[in-house]
Amino acid sequence: MFDVSKIRQDFPMLLDESGRERELVYFDNSATSFKPREVIEAEMAYYTRFSANIHRGDYALSYEADQAYDSARQTLARFINADEREIVFTSGTTQGLNMAAYGLKSMLKEGDVILSTLAEHASNILPWFRLAEQTGAKVEFIPLDEQGRLTVENFKKALHERVRIVAVAQVTNVLGYLADIKTICALAHQAGAIVVVDGAQSVPHRKVDVRALDCDLLAFSGHKMCGPTGIGVLYGKYELLEKMEPMMLGGGANKRFNSHGDLILSRVPDRFEAGTVPIGQAVGLAKAAEYLQRIGFDAIEKQEQMLQKHLAEKLKAMDNIEFYNPESDSAICSFNVKGIFAQDAASYLSSRNIAVRSGNHCAKMLVEFLGTDATIRASMYFYNTLEEADRFAQALQGCTLENCIDIFL
Amino acid sequence: MNKLLEDPIVLREVIMDHYEYPRNHSLVDDPKYKRIHMASESCIDDIHVQADIEDGIVKDVRFDGVACTISTASTSIMTQLVKGKSVEEARVILDNYFRMIDGQDYDEELLDEAVCMKNVGKQANRIKCATIGWNGLKQLLEEGEKQ
Ligand SMILES: Cc1ncc(COP(=O)(O)O)c(C=O)c1O
Repeated sequence: MFDVSKIRQDFPMLLDESGRERELVYFDNSATSFKPREVIEAEMAYYTRFSANIHRGDYALSYEADQAYDSARQTLARFINADEREIVFTSGTTQGLNMAAYGLKSMLKEGDVILSTLAEHASNILPWFRLAEQTGAKVEFIPLDEQGRLTVENFKKALHERVRIVAVAQVTNVLGYLADIKTICALAHQAGAIVVVDGAQSVPHRKVDVRALDCDLLAFSGHKMCGPTGIGVLYGKYELLEKMEPMMLGGGANKRFNSHGDLILSRVPDRFEAGTVPIGQAVGLAKAAEYLQRIGFDAIEKQEQMLQKHLAEKLKAMDNIEFYNPESDSAICSFNVKGIFAQDAASYLSSRNIAVRSGNHCAKMLVEFLGTDATIRASMYFYNTLEEADRFAQALQGCTLENCIDIFL
Repeated sequence: MNKLLEDPIVLREVIMDHYEYPRNHSLVDDPKYKRIHMASESCIDDIHVQADIEDGIVKDVRFDGVACTISTASTSIMTQLVKGKSVEEARVILDNYFRMIDGQDYDEELLDEAVCMKNVGKQANRIKCATIGWNGLKQLLEEGEKQ
């Protein structure tokens, strides 16, 4: 049974030294999530009990590190229903998407098209802009509907025979809409295009099955799913990874090379992991994946939906709020307090021990679409509560220009 | 110093007034003016500051852009304070302002309304908002110096 008060006990960040709940409402989970104790301990175990580099087992400790790293890869593979050879550890979504863009370069020629949307995070658009510039390809945008959603209908209209790559988020990070990746993949494949999915905001919050979606590449970050910073995953279909050029070369990525510059790359996925890999982080991420699976994505989604509905109702009822995504599919509420600059409102909330993010959330093109320079984003996770949402809404009632200024006096 | 400027209610009024009715707000298209673009990387403040400096006098300072209350109000106050001053006087004012923000001794008389920013440091992450326009002018003065 899902019991949020029990779950909160798992997160040191939610508690003070004496183990009581802290005076903090953390609603910036889209930026990064808190970590449960067992994840922290799992990562720490690498540093305290089997700290060694992985050299395919020259000595017992190294063998242990080796095993832990391989086992982490297997856990992540099961987590998204992939094969372990299809899991590339990265430093996070950003690196994964850059590796994807780099690796697909040889598949593009002049006049080819990369399809994306105005709602993408900078990490899922800037690498494609550069790739387009380098290859003479073009980035085209699938029009969003009036809510800011990517719909299958609009995708169909934007798709044509020059489209080689479709790069979209499964869940967008400002408005939290869920795209129908499965249908998009089917349509794209029919048109001969591959689909790269930014899973940064979807994988932490819902069951993602790469085989069911049939996506070609999927990138996500550990730190947004209760795991450590500095680690993420790039999933790729094995045959595609085989064809992709690694962005980085070095130790571990090669099988052999000689002074003539002849090089034989390691097998997939090792060839994409040049250099010493983040072993402790991988172990921590695997623990995070297990933790989420133990709680269960059904329960996680249910809790988040309840939070979204509750807070959305409150925000809709407030006259001083401009609310951009009342129909969000995620526990993300993006809004502005009328007449108050987003950052001022966020600072005011901070003075009430409420953590939210203000700004353009790395989706600079979307704010143009919304017709504002910035928004406040409250993003909740399964460990947030209705009481916190109430406290948040109450604090917003007091968010007047006078009060926003008073925190500086 | 003006006693009124010790009253938080008055200070709040000053900030609100400069935020809602910023002075010298809008740029002019005139080659006499030097212009600088100040964009904060960590927040969305993105302003332009313009100054007309002639014969060692700051004849005019203007600004425009997207900015929060603190950056708008602090920059608006700055434009009023330095307008008509000599470059040397302006530099002393800027210097005192940065000292105040930094928590050091400063001359209240010189800063006048700008003292409303004296506690911005309470929200450390917003110090850059209170200094973005001031840094812009500082750079413009330094550039003028070089020529
Ligand atoms: C949709 C989306 N894509 C990509 C990223 C980048 O993730 P990271 O900073 O972990 O590489 C984020 C994180 O903010 C995101 O929300």
